[in-house]
Amino acid sequence: MQQMAKHHDHGHGHDHDHGHEEHEQLKVLGFWIFVVTDCILFGSLFATYAVMMHSYAGGPTGKELFELPGIIASTFILLTSSFTSGLAVLAMNKGKVKELIAWLAVTAVLGLSFVVLEINEFTHLVHEGATIATSGFWSAFFTLVGTHGLHVSVGLFWMVALMIQLKRRGITPVTRRKVTNLSLYWHFLDVVWIFLFTVVYLMGVM
Amino acid sequence: MWENIKQFASEFFVTGDPLIYGADVSIALTMIAIVFVLTKYKKWGWLWREWLTTVDHKRIGIMYLIASLLMLFRGGVDALLMRLQLAFPNMEFLHSEHYNAIFTTHGTIMILFMAMPMMFGLFNMVVPLQLGARDVAYPFLNALSFWLFMLGAMLFNLSFVIGGSPEAGWLSYPPLSQNDFSPGPGQNFWIWGIQISGIGSLATGINFIVTILKMRAPGMKLSQMPLFSWSVLSSSIMIIFAFPILTVTIALLFLDRFAGAHFFTMDGGGNPMMYLNLIWMWGHPEVYIVVVPAFGIFSEVVATFSRKKIFGYKSMVWALMAIAVASFFTWAHHFFTMGTSASVIAFFAISTMVIAIPTGVKVFNWLFTMFRGRISFKQPMLWTIAFIPCFLVGGATGVMLAVAPADYQYHNSYFLIAHFHQVLIGGVVFGYLAGIYYWWPKLFGFKLDEKLGKWGFWFWNIGFYVCFMPQYALGFMGMTRRYYTYGWDRGWADMNLVSTVGAFMMGIGFIFQVWQIAYSIKHGERDKTGDPWNARTLEWSIPSPAPFYNFAVVPTVKDSDDWWATKQAKANGTYKEEPVHLEPIHMPKNSGIPFIMSLFWFLVGFGFTFGWVWIAVIGFIGVFACMWVRSFQYDTDYYVPVDEVRRTEASLGRVL
Amino acid sequence: MTQHENHGDHHNHGSLKSYVIGFILSIVLTIIPLVLVMNQMMSKTATLITIMVMAVLQFVIQLFFFMHIREGEKPRYNVQTLILGLVIVLTIVLGSIWIMTFNKY
Repeated sequence: MQQMAKHHDHGHGHDHDHGHEEHEQLKVLGFWIFVVTDCILFGSLFATYAVMMHSYAGGPTGKELFELPGIIASTFILLTSSFTSGLAVLAMNKGKVKELIAWLAVTAVLGLSFVVLEINEFTHLVHEGATIATSGFWSAFFTLVGTHGLHVSVGLFWMVALMIQLKRRGITPVTRRKVTNLSLYWHFLDVVWIFLFTVVYLMGVM
Repeated sequence: MWENIKQFASEFFVTGDPLIYGADVSIALTMIAIVFVLTKYKKWGWLWREWLTTVDHKRIGIMYLIASLLMLFRGGVDALLMRLQLAFPNMEFLHSEHYNAIFTTHGTIMILFMAMPMMFGLFNMVVPLQLGARDVAYPFLNALSFWLFMLGAMLFNLSFVIGGSPEAGWLSYPPLSQNDFSPGPGQNFWIWGIQISGIGSLATGINFIVTILKMRAPGMKLSQMPLFSWSVLSSSIMIIFAFPILTVTIALLFLDRFAGAHFFTMDGGGNPMMYLNLIWMWGHPEVYIVVVPAFGIFSEVVATFSRKKIFGYKSMVWALMAIAVASFFTWAHHFFTMGTSASVIAFFAISTMVIAIPTGVKVFNWLFTMFRGRISFKQPMLWTIAFIPCFLVGGATGVMLAVAPADYQYHNSYFLIAHFHQVLIGGVVFGYLAGIYYWWPKLFGFKLDEKLGKWGFWFWNIGFYVCFMPQYALGFMGMTRRYYTYGWDRGWADMNLVSTVGAFMMGIGFIFQVWQIAYSIKHGERDKTGDPWNARTLEWSIPSPAPFYNFAVVPTVKDSDDWWATKQAKANGTYKEEPVHLEPIHMPKNSGIPFIMSLFWFLVGFGFTFGWVWIAVIGFIGVFACMWVRSFQYDTDYYVPVDEVRRTEASLGRVL
Repeated sequence: MTQHENHGDHHNHGSLKSYVIGFILSIVLTIIPLVLVMNQMMSKTATLITIMVMAVLQFVIQLFFFMHIREGEKPRYNVQTLILGLVIVLTIVLGSIWIMTFNKY
């Protein structure tokens, strides 16, 4: 392997670059399909939530414990971060690395505040006596909302890794593909949250 | 201290049954022998460089194949033990709990750790070659998929020697699979073994969809693509939509067991019936996932060995795609007796019958392809011909089961057992065996011996009917599944004895096949041409075994069955030789990360299985570190220089 | 497979304008259901239907204005996958609800 692995600098060499570009496009399609499978994952969790929606087993209900102000704040924070991740892609298309990293940083900070708010909410609920073991309803609630939060957290680590890589390598076909996928992932998480917000919280307090 | 250790060991290791001690000894001896041989012949480095780190789809395919044959052996031994018990029910050959463990592992292994990897093995061995591609779309991910499957399977099999086996049936219905009734690690082994290998399966699904949509040789339209690749596309579509449901379902079951959640519990607002609903949303597509590639194999084999173009190509494609979608709308027929409204039952009964239509279309197409063909009865064709009547009966009994009112009689009886074994053995196993015999020369460069293979074939086939036909009758006589014993006065003993004889005949068939492989490695007919069957598709245009880059020059496709068309043109003298223009070949580099990352996943599963969260945390950190490292790797591929391509081709007897 | 002549300029993923429009529409579509629910302005069923419709609309807006579903090379395998995926998601959710309605204790 070693002697065959002649070093090719992928940033240059024109005809190789072309093949590379196509290969990166391939990875965007693959990532998109992965996101669709993630839709199925959330769909299954939503189905479980829908079935368990009234299984309080004598425990507290959502209406009693949900505190909308915090949820509304997280909703707008995540919505804005979805927008800023789009601005990051715009900056990338204009070839501005610094602007790109800056918008990613803004997105990451917004994402982090979303996660912090969620942890805050969960702690509050646990103090009020609603844990995953309280009833079927709360099991479904914590799993559905928690899985989304976990996705956002993973996205944050990814974002940090990507900012370091952008700083080191600038905008190349590879980093370009990675930013495209990340922003796709982020928009997707926003869409999931919209349904979470509607089905869990809005319908929960009705 | 010493007491503590003894106490721990007696719980940690499975004890008490001489059968298990025997197996323990043989496992330990095998391990020592492997380590000894690798060390003596200094093969550790070779193992690491050539196999553990490989991203070559052909080698990954071979590893899948070996793993699945081992699992077929284990699942088969489980089956024979069960049959022995039922032939002589009062001998107490197995205790009731041991019997429960064995039917659980038999089912789980045969579907998830035998059929799935054998299928992925065939995907890997064939699809890129058939499409004229140099590899799959994501070779690194492909290696990761394999090692996730492998480590998941190892975790599951570990339950055999430490901790205890799962005992709640292959789909582990709650409440039986909850802590109250299945305490201890056994059930967790089931959850984590499947969870880890399931992630790998999902990734394989994505990988092959993109490979098929985007990596076909220039000129090959989707409407010219070989039918096996179409079947892989259909199967992969089902995989990507079904496996996330499985992931969620067993994650929820684990939360019930681990965190005291109330999804499927009897109290606290849980509902065990939701588990059935969810698991069958995966489970029903799953049986189509494994059987559809077999349909693809039959289509290739029938065309090749009848010397004819496949009859009704378009209807075949239509049928494959219709099955992929329709398979998601039939799940409730697995639990008609659970009780639900008449309209639900009516809907799912009808949808189940409807899905039989595309399958029927395919059977007619295969028959019409054979009609007036010049059929040669080589091994792949034998299995194909054996499949048709077998699957027909299996399908017909399936439609009988779909009649909901009648299902109240058949449900969970041996009639059902006989039905699904008939479609799974007659469809999936026969199909994959046909595929393995067909593509074996391409992978290994020699054919499998015909004579030994025919012995194996007849033992399998006669054994199959002897084993399962009595079970239909037993079902009507009132015998339900998962009984470990029954009274002599039930009148079931004779039929059960006959069935057991049949099972052992299939076992003998398997031994013949193992012998056949061993014999053929030395004496099998070598394939010098690269096209031993005079076949029709692109994989036969290159040498056997294929060089690591597959195609020295990527072919340009003009026709469906392009290789056949090329051969015809050469015979007619109308073939125009095009000048060969070699270019450096872009290839992915090997990587150890898939293997290491899967080891960390194993730790995650192992830690959660025993409730030792700190091990699981180490595992998660390791998985995460591997992803981080991989994200920062940019030097992941290289170019094979033209000289080396020329030299490799020359050594395979092809001058360019 | 062979048509990549327009390679190089299919990176043009939307403009600032489309992002801003999408953002504003999303905010509006979040505020409307909030107001409806907080002030209990309609009957329960009507509110339910309205907020679900708003959520779906917002999803569509994000698809078009943020994810640029209309762009990209043809054939649009990503869109085909998405549509099939949504059909399956709906089947999972509605199917579960339908089947399980009859199995509540």
